[in-house]
Amino acid sequence: MSETENNLVKVTVDGQAVEVAPGTTIMQACEEAGAEIPRFCYHERLSVAGNCRMCLVEVENAPKPVASCAMPVAPDMVVSTTSETVKTAREGVMEFLLINHPLDCPICDQGGECDLQDQALGFGGDASRFDDNKRAVENKNMGPLVKTIMTRCIHCTRCVRFAQEVAGVPEIGAIGRGEDTEITTYLEASLDSEMSGNVIDLCPVGALTSRPYAFTARPWELRKTETIDVMDALGSNIRVDMRGREAMRIMPRNHDDVNEEWLSDKSRFVWDGLNTQRLDRPFIRQNGKLTPASWDAAFDLVESKLKGKGAATAAIAGDLVCAEGQFALKGLMDALASPHVDCRQDGAKISGPRGNYIFNASIAGIEEADALLLIGSNPRLEAPVLNARIRKRYLMGDFPIVAIGEAVDLTYKAEFIGAGADTLADLLAGKQSFADTLKNAKNPMIIVGQGALTREDGAAVLAAAIELAAKTGASFNMLHTAAARVAGLDLGLVPGEGGHDVAGIQDAAQSGTIENVIFYGADEIAGASLGDAFVVYIGSHGDRGAHRADVILPAAAYTEKQATYVNTEGRAQMTEQAATPPGEAREDWKIFRALSARLDVTLPYDNLAALRAAMYEAVPHLAQLDDVIAADAPVAPPHDGLGAEAFTYAVNDFYFTNPIARASAIMADCAKAKNEPKNRGDSSEGTGTDG
Amino acid sequence: MLRDEDRIFKNIYGFEGADIASAKARGDWDGTAELIKKGRDWVIDEVKASGLRGRGGAGFPTGLKWSFMPKENDGRPHYLVVNADESEPGTCKDRDIMRHEPHKLLEGCVLAGFAMGAHACYVYVRGEFIREREALQRAVDEAYEAGLLGKNAAGSGWDYDIYVHHGAGAYICGEETALIESLEGKKGQPRLKPPFPANMGLYGCPTTVNNVESIAVAPTICRRGGSWFAGLGREGNTGTKLFCISGHVNNPCNVEEEMGIPLKELLEKHAGGVRGGWDNLLAVIPGGSSVPLLPKDICDTVLMDFDSLKEVQSGLGTAAVIVMDKSTDIIKAIARISHFYKHESCGQCTPCREGTGWMWRVLERMAAGRAQPKEIDMLLQVTKQIEGHTICALGDAAAWPVQGLIRHFRPVIEERLANGPLQEAAE
Repeated sequence: MSETENNLVKVTVDGQAVEVAPGTTIMQACEEAGAEIPRFCYHERLSVAGNCRMCLVEVENAPKPVASCAMPVAPDMVVSTTSETVKTAREGVMEFLLINHPLDCPICDQGGECDLQDQALGFGGDASRFDDNKRAVENKNMGPLVKTIMTRCIHCTRCVRFAQEVAGVPEIGAIGRGEDTEITTYLEASLDSEMSGNVIDLCPVGALTSRPYAFTARPWELRKTETIDVMDALGSNIRVDMRGREAMRIMPRNHDDVNEEWLSDKSRFVWDGLNTQRLDRPFIRQNGKLTPASWDAAFDLVESKLKGKGAATAAIAGDLVCAEGQFALKGLMDALASPHVDCRQDGAKISGPRGNYIFNASIAGIEEADALLLIGSNPRLEAPVLNARIRKRYLMGDFPIVAIGEAVDLTYKAEFIGAGADTLADLLAGKQSFADTLKNAKNPMIIVGQGALTREDGAAVLAAAIELAAKTGASFNMLHTAAARVAGLDLGLVPGEGGHDVAGIQDAAQSGTIENVIFYGADEIAGASLGDAFVVYIGSHGDRGAHRADVILPAAAYTEKQATYVNTEGRAQMTEQAATPPGEAREDWKIFRALSARLDVTLPYDNLAALRAAMYEAVPHLAQLDDVIAADAPVAPPHDGLGAEAFTYAVNDFYFTNPIARASAIMADCAKAKNEPKNRGDSSEGTGTDG
Repeated sequence: MLRDEDRIFKNIYGFEGADIASAKARGDWDGTAELIKKGRDWVIDEVKASGLRGRGGAGFPTGLKWSFMPKENDGRPHYLVVNADESEPGTCKDRDIMRHEPHKLLEGCVLAGFAMGAHACYVYVRGEFIREREALQRAVDEAYEAGLLGKNAAGSGWDYDIYVHHGAGAYICGEETALIESLEGKKGQPRLKPPFPANMGLYGCPTTVNNVESIAVAPTICRRGGSWFAGLGREGNTGTKLFCISGHVNNPCNVEEEMGIPLKELLEKHAGGVRGGWDNLLAVIPGGSSVPLLPKDICDTVLMDFDSLKEVQSGLGTAAVIVMDKSTDIIKAIARISHFYKHESCGQCTPCREGTGWMWRVLERMAAGRAQPKEIDMLLQVTKQIEGHTICALGDAAAWPVQGLIRHFRPVIEERLANGPLQEAAE
């Protein structure tokens, strides 16, 4: 035995000795040694299938080539990845994969980023010897997002394993045997998952491609910008691919602690919303109609309404706005001496120290948890990728999950012990056995959703959850639905002394004490609730907020500015500018800066760097990009007692939660596909074989 | 020739009853409890001493396989799984054991299960075996009624249950890990090894999968002693074996014979000889459709056991002897076998999924003379690209018959192609 003190195993790869941990696969050891192993079916975040046979290597004293992805190393193993046997084996497998694969690369969307293409070049033979007809396979319906050309399928089963293991929907599978094997969805139904787009990335060939992106661009034509997603509060790392100033597609980037390498369908396919319904010039309402105007005319109007009316002006920040913009807005309102600022446009009753409103255990921390309580949260719709992380932990076993709220399918087994706050009260009083489970667990977790906090008794729910966490030793975690929210709360965009919150602003606007309202990307508030108030909308999309506006000042969407967002766990991340804002639209902070000058309360910064310096001074942790800074322990806020009614969830229309998504035709197609009755079971319309 | 008193399956032809009374009269269930009282190690040692090699095709030493099961129970149950998914073309020995000698199998299950610390045994019966499943179930019911199974099986103090499971008729489910998958209710596709079933088998528990015949001979071995069994046959290839003789013989049959019997003697003594006389023999597939065929000159002298057949680049397999006389179109025959493997490939891994269909198509064309001579070498290369590169042995099983054909009958193929439509058109 050549095991060293650290229990490492010595392996020789192509003559080079490496030491790896026991249980490592040969493939990992080879990578350690710098030897490249071709593969199709192997994916490090999925279970090992070992079926493509591309990763065969030669192991000394083994009778035949070994699948390196599946075989663990043994002490003193001698591996060759370059021998004649290995070369022949690879060429053989490559030839088999290609005999029934159509050579339609020129019309295949995977072209240029195709594993099969690349590996055929690197490891395949030079000519085809197969003279018979190739197999043809009928395409399958996988819904509006995933386009299928199943003749190209090489049966690696990555999509099947993803659906079963990560997405938790067992609806993709292989039917048939031998060369008649086909990958299909159950009864031709589209995939009922919020993460189905990931199978496009996983597919090593062009069998599953992006339907909305089909035939629009080649990968080498695209300008790639690495940035951050804002469709939910997860802060998924993404790459936006642009051609000219048009977003062509969005892909996930790997971030082990946030989104691994997954992305929700909303984040991935919302890009057409970036190109439509854009506010590309200022508008002012004349005779009840919004008409295009110059920046000057728009500012003139705002100036005439707001000047001297600072205390009668309120501001509401929306769900997708950045920290810089919110900081400038807050600065403006402070300068106007108005305390009527709120970033909680959904009316969530969040207050207290930072520990009260972030996901304290961190997203990656879910994997260390050993019991979970969900309060009024449906993470499957509120943060699908985070939900996949919970499922990942669930699959490891010994993870009791209990939820309070309406029973829904979370893709893992969760016991719904009650629908409303009374169940939470019972838990707190120790009347529910799960309180003991939490108490006895080493690393229990409580996740509170926004649906539980936007109600009348939201503060009481928050207090109860915090108390329960303190009592049981559980971590307190808030799952936000808005990408802007944590930064807004960090920056103090909450009502000041004597200030109105969102509901108060609406009441005051109706009674006339608030005369002006600034909507900074706030699109979830019914326009009629503002009475006759003068509304300034600053944002990127012509949505609900713009429809109510008297003046529209066009701003940048999240892909058009370098801006800071703080995700639900308190991780500050910075987006990169993939394109300039369209037309006359400007970056958000510049609008507030210009407006402040018109109102004679000029903000003390002239460029982004100066703004950031001021912002970092006010909230230092925003400067620590990609760090999760532990917050102070949560403190139960004052409240008026728990109500009894059932929790509702914050997200119901998954595909329509924000103005960009509502502008997206792809999202509309998804919603339509989801709501269409499926040809299943006892449906009188379809037999299930008519797909 | 095997003496009658050394015959294990005395009722393989069903001349007597298969019921428990008849079985007991033939010596089954005699002193089972005493055998068990001698202990686990004793049973394994006797089977090891007998030199018994697995009768399902691969010929792995059975006693050694049993000894791979963990000695101590770590909280997970141990399982014995009996592979009665007898689907190899030409093979019909397990079928007759289940029909006529089911109690030999059941007693073997108790002994083998006890030897590996299992309290439960699953018998996975091939989908097409309806009557056989009924016969086996009847025997299981009888054994339960007689107290030979269940709590304190056969008065041995060992609790033992046997469940008969009916498959759906897929050849691949005869592969042990595919069988386990199927038994778990999943699609029958072989698993990657390691982990091996002895560590992670059925439901993730230590499991041993054995062929029906391997299990059914165990009680007689224990009763008469491993040395008795080892005294039959020759070193490394001991004992008796059920041979299934089919094809162009005058009297196709199942027969129990000593291992190592010359092929010619086997055919002439038991099967009435080759149709039209020995000189009319073209080739023999000695071990079920997956092993390479042997031309007549090898058949003249070859002995029927694992090692002798390996020496001539074939194998004993399941000892299903398929005889072909000179009326056979050997290319068409192998093309038909190739079609079988194409049809039964599970489709999981690339070489077998894609290669079996390729081989079949080329062979079909060759049988019709519609191929280029260079395709013979290409076909041989394709078989080599499949062999040894797959998850399970089905890839090998599909490749070997084709290799055998090219090895021994290349001139026949060349002649067919030379006279085929492609060459005639070229001239």
